Amino acid sequence: MHNVYLQDETDIEGWRAAARRLVSQGVAPQDVDWYVRPAADEAVQEDFLAMANDAANPAGDQFCVAAQGKANIVPSAMPDGQQQPSGDSVRLMVPRQFVELVRPVILHRAPERFGLLYRALWRLQRERGLMRLAGDPDIARLNAMVKAVRRDMHKMTAFVRFREAMVEGRPRYLAWFEPEHHIMAAIAPFFIGRFAAMDWTIMSPRMGMHWDGDMLHFLPGGKPEALPAEDAGEALWLSYYRHIFNPARLKLKAMQKEMPKKYWHNLPEAELITALIADAGTRTQAMLERAPEPPRRKVVGYRRKPRRPDIASGNE
Amino acid sequence: MQVKQKLEILADAAKYDASCASSGTERRDSRDGKGIGSTTGTGICHSYAPDGRCISLLKILLTNFCLYDCVYCVNRVSSNVPRARFSIDEVVQLTLAFYRRNYIEGLFLSSGIIQNPDYTMEQVVEVARILREEHGFRGYIHLKTIPDAAPELLARAGRYADRLSINIELPTAASLSALAPEKDGAAIRMSMARLRERIDAGKDKTASGKRPPKFSPGGQSTQMIVGADATDDRTILSASAELYGRYRLRRVYYSAFSPIPDASPALPLQSPPLAREHRLYQADWLMRFYGFESHEIITGEQGMLALDMDPKTAWALRNRAMFPVDLNRAPKSTLLRVPGLGVRNVQRILAARRVRAVRLDDLVRMHAPINRMLPFIQLPDHHPGATLDAASLSARLKDTRTAPQQLGLFM
Repeated sequence: MHNVYLQDETDIEGWRAAARRLVSQGVAPQDVDWYVRPAADEAVQEDFLAMANDAANPAGDQFCVAAQGKANIVPSAMPDGQQQPSGDSVRLMVPRQFVELVRPVILHRAPERFGLLYRALWRLQRERGLMRLAGDPDIARLNAMVKAVRRDMHKMTAFVRFREAMVEGRPRYLAWFEPEHHIMAAIAPFFIGRFAAMDWTIMSPRMGMHWDGDMLHFLPGGKPEALPAEDAGEALWLSYYRHIFNPARLKLKAMQKEMPKKYWHNLPEAELITALIADAGTRTQAMLERAPEPPRRKVVGYRRKPRRPDIASGNE
Repeated sequence: MQVKQKLEILADAAKYDASCASSGTERRDSRDGKGIGSTTGTGICHSYAPDGRCISLLKILLTNFCLYDCVYCVNRVSSNVPRARFSIDEVVQLTLAFYRRNYIEGLFLSSGIIQNPDYTMEQVVEVARILREEHGFRGYIHLKTIPDAAPELLARAGRYADRLSINIELPTAASLSALAPEKDGAAIRMSMARLRERIDAGKDKTASGKRPPKFSPGGQSTQMIVGADATDDRTILSASAELYGRYRLRRVYYSAFSPIPDASPALPLQSPPLAREHRLYQADWLMRFYGFESHEIITGEQGMLALDMDPKTAWALRNRAMFPVDLNRAPKSTLLRVPGLGVRNVQRILAARRVRAVRLDDLVRMHAPINRMLPFIQLPDHHPGATLDAASLSARLKDTRTAPQQLGLFM
């Protein structure tokens, strides 16, 4: 039996190196067990990490090439404790579709993801067309994992809600979010690209991240209580949410499909939903039953200017 | 008046516009540390209201004072709804404040017509200009354009906006002049043609390879109100087909005419035809992504889409001679016509069958809606046999979800 110990939950380089070596040694998937090393210290040290290069290479198509510019990658130890040989010494041919799967699948929280990826890699050495078979059980499962991770990342870009606080004389934007998968570092480039000039902090149960306008800092996990209380800016948002809703067209399933209840406790506007739904029927009925009223203001008929000559002649 | 009150009035005034998209534009970010914002290509819905609509942009009117008297409109001059007007700076600050908190992708700004079309358009464009030039705002901006405004103003709008739209409002000229007497259908179409020209030009490279100045990189869209007049679905869909073809619109939005506060006596209110709106969107998709022509989707005298069945299934039942389709042999254009088979699964089937025959199990694992598909498809391990011709097939494929929604149990 071969045991592989990965550095952390998202140790892509470690997985790649080990997988490359195991395939070249002809080790069958059922003979490998994959483990993630437990964190040495629960209170994780602050980890300073420049994200600039990483952001430019989200998926990467350099399976055979050494990773570029990611500072926190430490090669995984070999099963027998030796350092691994240089990854470039073994070149595997894998289709691009597989390379693109690896990163999102590794961000998934399911423990079996490492073994599943390895099994697909193993099968690819013999089944050239495997990646095209969306109906194959392994490929279907991998596709589903990719979809779940992408959705989690997308929902995070949508549902993070910042509150504003003054910290050392500067406004800082703080949010609490609970992703399902290991996506915090992977989603950081989105928030940096959008809010590069702001100081912001996003905390989650497992880890946090803080952008100081220049560098991204990873922090240990936190608690939602650290978030500042609601403020005036949020009140305006609640007003907007209340008034952009049209009570005459309730479509609750459509809402819940895209904004499932599991997100509600971190969305300030969600506390309005129950009341809005409860009142919708009476509000609509009142509109339907109301007798039309004549205008209370004097209405002057609007007279359009004669059409512009270029429009009238249609010389477009 | 406080900003909060204005926001309430001017969001109320804006909510009948169905558009919320923040997609289709160029990719930008603000990594250079100047300004704020980014665009992602696909857009992001930051929230959903209980009406099922996505909240992606801050969708407001600059003002709901309006000179026009469009019968269907909550903001028509003869309506008694409360009125308000934002200052330009108030809209700018509100947009930035919402954006910084990650509530929105950007701004969708529209306005009632005040003073005259040019003045109104100038004010709307000025909001976009200040956001872009003075605050370096790189989020999404959608501007509603006023067809009667000067062409120079539309040109300026396109410089700052990611998307422009002009609402066609009603599918026929007769309905438009009856319900929106101040609007001019010919001018609306002329403006769309003008925008198309500029949008196309903004995408072309010149002979020297230089990029022309950007113009509304997310294209243009429009909205049609459904159910305020007697127009049938056939007319609506052929109007859409024309809009997509002639003006290359990115989207036609269908907005079920909905009860509004202080309705006009000329237009009695009823519950909005949501199922009809839904079927129109499905038909619209069939035209844009599935190779259907509008006249194939609606046949017969009625001119209306069935409410209790999706239009693709309805088409298949009328054309049973074309089925069953052999998923391992049929060309792509035929696969796209199989009920229940979406574009993505068609691509997957095409890829898979080059490796080996696709079987029933494969479809299950692709999460295809098997029950809807089975009568119409043939696989190595499945043939529909007599079910395809059974008289009861139509009843079996009716969509029960179009029954009225139950409330109350939801929470």
